[in-house]
Amino acid sequence: MTTKAGTTLAADPADPSPPAVRLPRRRGVEFTLLVVAVLLSVYGYCAVGLAKYGTLPPGAADYGAGLGVLALLAHLAVRLRAPYADPLLLPIAVLLNGLGLVLIHRLDLETPADLAAPAQLNWSTLGVGLFIVVVVLLHDHRVLQRYAYVSVVAALVLLALPILFPPVNGARIWVRIAGFSLQPGEFAKVLLALFFASYLAANRNALAYAGRQIWRFKRLQLPTGRVLGPIVTIWLLSVGVLVLERDLGTSLLFFGLFVILLYVATGRTGWIAVGLLLACVGAVAVGWLEPHVHSRVEDWLHPFASIEAGRGPNQLAQSLFAFAAGGLFGTGLGLGHSILIGFAAKSDFILATAGEELGLAGLSALFLLYALLVERGYRTGLALRDPFGRLLAIGLASIVALQVFVIAGGVTGLIPLTGMAMPFLAQGGSSVVTNWIIVALLMRLSDSARRQYDDGPGATGA
Amino acid sequence: MTKYIRRAAALCALLLVALLVNATRVQVFQSRAYDDSPANRRPVIARWGQPRGDIVVGGRPVTGSKDTGEQLRYERTYRDGPLYAPVTGFASQRYGTTLLEHAEDPLLDGSDPLLSFLPFWNDITRDRNAGGEVVTTIDAAAQRAAYLGLGARRGAVAALEPATGRILALVSRPSYDPGVLSGNGPSATDAWTRLNGDEGKPMLNRAVRQTYPPGSTFKVVTAAAALDNGVIKDLDARTRSPAPYTLPGTTTSLANEVRGCKNASLRRAFERSCNTVFAKLGVDVGLGAMSDTARAFGFNGADLRIPFSVAPSNFDTEMDRAQLALSSIGQYNTRATPLQMAVVTAAVANGGAVRSPYLVERTTTAAGRTVATTNTRTLRQAMNPGTAKRLRELMRGVVEDGTGTNAAFPHATVGGKTGTAQHGIGNSGTPYAWFIGWAQSDDAMEPQVAVAVVVEDAEARRGDISGGGDAAPIAREVMEAVLKTTDHHLR
Repeated sequence: MTTKAGTTLAADPADPSPPAVRLPRRRGVEFTLLVVAVLLSVYGYCAVGLAKYGTLPPGAADYGAGLGVLALLAHLAVRLRAPYADPLLLPIAVLLNGLGLVLIHRLDLETPADLAAPAQLNWSTLGVGLFIVVVVLLHDHRVLQRYAYVSVVAALVLLALPILFPPVNGARIWVRIAGFSLQPGEFAKVLLALFFASYLAANRNALAYAGRQIWRFKRLQLPTGRVLGPIVTIWLLSVGVLVLERDLGTSLLFFGLFVILLYVATGRTGWIAVGLLLACVGAVAVGWLEPHVHSRVEDWLHPFASIEAGRGPNQLAQSLFAFAAGGLFGTGLGLGHSILIGFAAKSDFILATAGEELGLAGLSALFLLYALLVERGYRTGLALRDPFGRLLAIGLASIVALQVFVIAGGVTGLIPLTGMAMPFLAQGGSSVVTNWIIVALLMRLSDSARRQYDDGPGATGA
Repeated sequence: MTKYIRRAAALCALLLVALLVNATRVQVFQSRAYDDSPANRRPVIARWGQPRGDIVVGGRPVTGSKDTGEQLRYERTYRDGPLYAPVTGFASQRYGTTLLEHAEDPLLDGSDPLLSFLPFWNDITRDRNAGGEVVTTIDAAAQRAAYLGLGARRGAVAALEPATGRILALVSRPSYDPGVLSGNGPSATDAWTRLNGDEGKPMLNRAVRQTYPPGSTFKVVTAAAALDNGVIKDLDARTRSPAPYTLPGTTTSLANEVRGCKNASLRRAFERSCNTVFAKLGVDVGLGAMSDTARAFGFNGADLRIPFSVAPSNFDTEMDRAQLALSSIGQYNTRATPLQMAVVTAAVANGGAVRSPYLVERTTTAAGRTVATTNTRTLRQAMNPGTAKRLRELMRGVVEDGTGTNAAFPHATVGGKTGTAQHGIGNSGTPYAWFIGWAQSDDAMEPQVAVAVVVEDAEARRGDISGGGDAAPIAREVMEAVLKTTDHHLR
């Protein structure tokens, strides 16, 4: 009765006649991949122990069991409540989270006084818990559209909160409550994506009306002044974040997210032109005027300036040394010296450890895992029919894509460095929890996307 | 909307490509530049991340490594550090390496590709071999005898096996413990400052890195040139040598410290160390032949390595006859390292053939597989074998009834030459006491040891320093130690 998965996947979502056959749910594929993901993580954990001490680490069984139970619980929740969901999303998330724990544990061995892996495991557990909550409680993503304005207010509050707290290493992105350090900006990302998707889904036709042509180019048309308001508001917000919190990465992420969604919603290249122009003006102005951001730009342009000045290598130079030391195939887990990066080796610079110990081969594999995650998000966006769901899927996937690009590009010297967490991989509770929520929402969206075909037209949702 | 989603996806793909291309740039194409940055600690960490290979004397390592548990994990240790410092040098995490530690550094730290089972194997596995071992030619007993013989006096001793060029002893005083420089903490820094500030220059390897005026010991070279070139045919024939001797072209008069040098035969002049006879002899031989012979013995040679470099010894090749006269008795600009004078003695003891001196017998992997062996190499023939034989006769005379009787010991034939070298402006400095010699035990076929001893002691009174009194007893101790080891070996 079932057709091959490939043929159904290839079906154009715009095709008005859905297949009349029951779609495969592919939960067995997901389970197999989850087993592989957990085994790979445990293998990495053992490799670290063997390299450092020559014996299998005593915690390997516990670590494998813990990660396995988390994966199994998430899998069961998906099986029960989102049986049509994409089978790749959860295994990729488990694998990235598992490898992240291995890398953090590996760096913990160099800093016995400052262990980060246990806390990260707790945060991951919380993240998986929230994943299960979202998958179980959220029946239909379209419910979220009602909370668009609540979420934008919440996002702004979350973004504004750290201004009340003292800066940490130059950036005001932290909130400290009862011994916990939170980065509210991480949660704000999801809320903003939700708001953008909702706002644009509602107003995309109005926004698509073209305004004046400039320089008589037909293709490049400015939007009308009335709808220019929101984009300027978002731009000001981004710059505000940048100036008040000195957080280049987050502002870049917000702005990029908004421009992508705006383009997807309206198809106006004019938006892209305006967006890029505003981004450039903002970036250049702030990069020139704001000393913290300015120094990041200087470091990017001259990563070895501090060495030449006799002050020793800075973090970026140490990061580049680590990547270079990895070469094609890496030193092997546990055998690199990325701890020389010092501060933030486990968080912002976690990718340097991967680059040094797993080499270009391992780093490329990680990039491809992220790319696959983003691709599944985009494919979900293509498969869905409601504009809100489409935009939300694209938005969430784009958050991952942009964040990976900004931080990975930063630590490899492609773009100026900004303090950001590598999704799932880096130490950071807020980040891990947020990313699990993103994956949970994508699961829900992909479940809806395929369920709609299975149940026939008009039968989506409850 | 689908079209725009696809375009946005293309943008994400573009970002991915940018990341991959940039990662390839950093990790592959520019990785060498980053790896080689002096600010990159990785090569240093890898270098000190395993125990350093050992330097072996007489079957026992004189070095070791201790695990500090720090980032630069293993630190060098030394057994009898001051005794072997002129051989080992130091291996410091802060100040680099010297002498054998420097010359054999790639082998000792495991980076030498010859340590691998297969070439380029380590480039693939990114492994590092365990440090190899360096087996030296040093005779522990001779080294100790020389070290104790010099005692608190400043000076140096170099001893060779004439037939092979193996270096049996290499001692410099005052010495230091290289272990104090091993680490990279404040104690190493303090030691470095203290040793460099020490007026006695304990880190200077006087045996190979310091040149001295050889004084009368250079008369061996002058005698060789005279005999080889036929200027002297009969050792016992009277020479036409005035005493005092007026340096040619000047009114400066050269006198002797001893009497009976006027027209003395070569044998008598050699035994008594007559300056006038040898100064004139050098002039009679001529600048060309003198510098040819000096060069054949190893003077003015470029870049002698044993395997660490030896300071070049000098005999001027352009000078007037007065300067030649002084140079021929080891003064003026003539300068030699103790090792060079040991080479001169060894050539005489070895029938005129100059063997290249060497300090490393062989190098092995940590597991004991031989990596390289040093073979005996003849550099030049410094004189005819007949001349060498006659010079041995002259040198025997010095020890039997000349200035070097302090070097004699039982059951052995010993030959030698004393020297007391003037130096400083107007010869105001305390003279250096020299003794060079060789020894052959009664049951041996050829001399087993050649030695050069120099004692510079700024604190002694001028008259108290002499080659026969200060240097010859030290040479005897060293030669006796070598002969005892050899005899023991034979038994």
